[in-house]
Amino acid sequence: MWTTLSYIAWAVSILLCAWMLYDWFKIDSEYTEDVLTSSREGEIEAVQEKHQLKNIGGQS
Amino acid sequence: MTAAVDTAGAAGASKRVSLLRVLGPAHVWALGVGIVLVGEFTGWNFAADKGGALAALITCWFVGLLYTSVAMIDSEVTSTVAAAGGQYAQAKHIVGPLMAFNVALYLVFAYTMLEVSDAILVGDLIVTNAATEGLTRHGFVVLTIVLFTWLNYRGVLMTLNVNFIITALAYASILVLFFSVQPWSQGAVLHLGELITPQNALPYGWIGVIAAFQFAIWYYLGIEGTTQAAEEVRSPPRSLPYGTMAGMITLLIAAALTWYVCASLLPWEYLGFTFFPLWDAARVTGSGMLEFLLFWGTILAAVASANGCINDAARAWFSLGRDRYLPTWFSAVHPKYRTPYRSILFLLPIALAFAFIADLNQAITFSILSGVLQYTFMSINIMMFRNKWPLGSIRRGYTHPFHPIPAIVLFVLCVVTFFAIFLGFGSQLIAMVAFYVVVSLWFHFYRYRYVRRGDQFTMPWPKPLGY
Repeated sequence: MWTTLSYIAWAVSILLCAWMLYDWFKIDSEYTEDVLTSSREGEIEAVQEKHQLKNIGGQS
Repeated sequence: MTAAVDTAGAAGASKRVSLLRVLGPAHVWALGVGIVLVGEFTGWNFAADKGGALAALITCWFVGLLYTSVAMIDSEVTSTVAAAGGQYAQAKHIVGPLMAFNVALYLVFAYTMLEVSDAILVGDLIVTNAATEGLTRHGFVVLTIVLFTWLNYRGVLMTLNVNFIITALAYASILVLFFSVQPWSQGAVLHLGELITPQNALPYGWIGVIAAFQFAIWYYLGIEGTTQAAEEVRSPPRSLPYGTMAGMITLLIAAALTWYVCASLLPWEYLGFTFFPLWDAARVTGSGMLEFLLFWGTILAAVASANGCINDAARAWFSLGRDRYLPTWFSAVHPKYRTPYRSILFLLPIALAFAFIADLNQAITFSILSGVLQYTFMSINIMMFRNKWPLGSIRRGYTHPFHPIPAIVLFVLCVVTFFAIFLGFGSQLIAMVAFYVVVSLWFHFYRYRYVRRGDQFTMPWPKPLGY
């Protein structure tokens, strides 16, 4: 039984790797590099704080 | 978070893709304790081999002090510098780019090697339990690494929800074992007084206690990993200190219970030799239920640790790319799952390669060395942080008490641990320090020219005192 489970482990691993490689290729094809690497440190924090301030002030 | 993205869109930045802020304190706890808890199931017990069972207990307390200092210092700095990369982002803003580059490498190596160790442990445990001729661990090792890489690829919320459940189950297995052996009644099942006597308590004297520091690190190794979630928690000033300190308290209890049960059931010579102390302790009780429970507890703790390590190593690597310390290609965020998918995938073959070429001892030592280098940096980092930005000059989510005592305690205990590692693995220590010197030279003389120097400092802080 354990030997069979070992083969299943290999098969599942190969399938998951194949899926991740496919998705990676798909995403890199659909989106530009500028969009994919557009994350900036601290940016979300600043945006979120502004948003909350607007809500508090009743302007949004 | 959706509101935040929408607001960004309204501001004309709708094309930005960032990590998702979806985590709470429970996820921070799951990340930290999930990475560490495997250390109770294996690793800490090698301290008994170095200095006896009592040395394993003494170092449990002192290393607990080291990590309590780490948790307190980390909570203060990270609740202020809330960015992916954790200690890397701290080092960048407080010490400087070269220190930050080194810290990020410590993080990546510590977590990747720990992930490799976890996967090897899962494979070895299954092979030991199966007792089937010709069965190798490789399939199970690969599945552990690939499955949790896939989970991390698909999103941080599900990753840490899963980690919360499996970590809680593994922790529960320790509690069930503890209460099943009637800890209130020595002699019924436990035999601490017979197994630890004045003659064998410290078989190598006090130098054995010093040497035991090297493996006592495993009681708590990785709790500082909570900070890697800084950019993905909804409220960093609240969630990070709360999750980290709760995690540390959880681990102090787990370490004490683990030592008490194992030292009361297994002779110190065997305790210092086995790879599965809690599972073996369960087997000694003769209860099939406990044996089954601790087998799965060990498996779950190992996979929870691997899962958290993949999460943390990828965030550190991603942050290096985002600041151009490495090619920006690594800083890509998946537009659907909002994970650093290229960093996650890049580290996958590296982990697999080490899982095949390294043995458990080498992987563990590499991880511990990188971790202790990082803790040494943290003791210096907090002193600089308090000097440059004294209390009241910037907003802190948490302020740790008794400064500078925790920093001094941390530094002294790190020096002791380095000495202990030198006693056991001197050549690896020297080789690793040489490696960091070489990559530092590469960074300083070659890579740093590509860094946009102004862009990397993102915190809206006043100028540091004295500048």
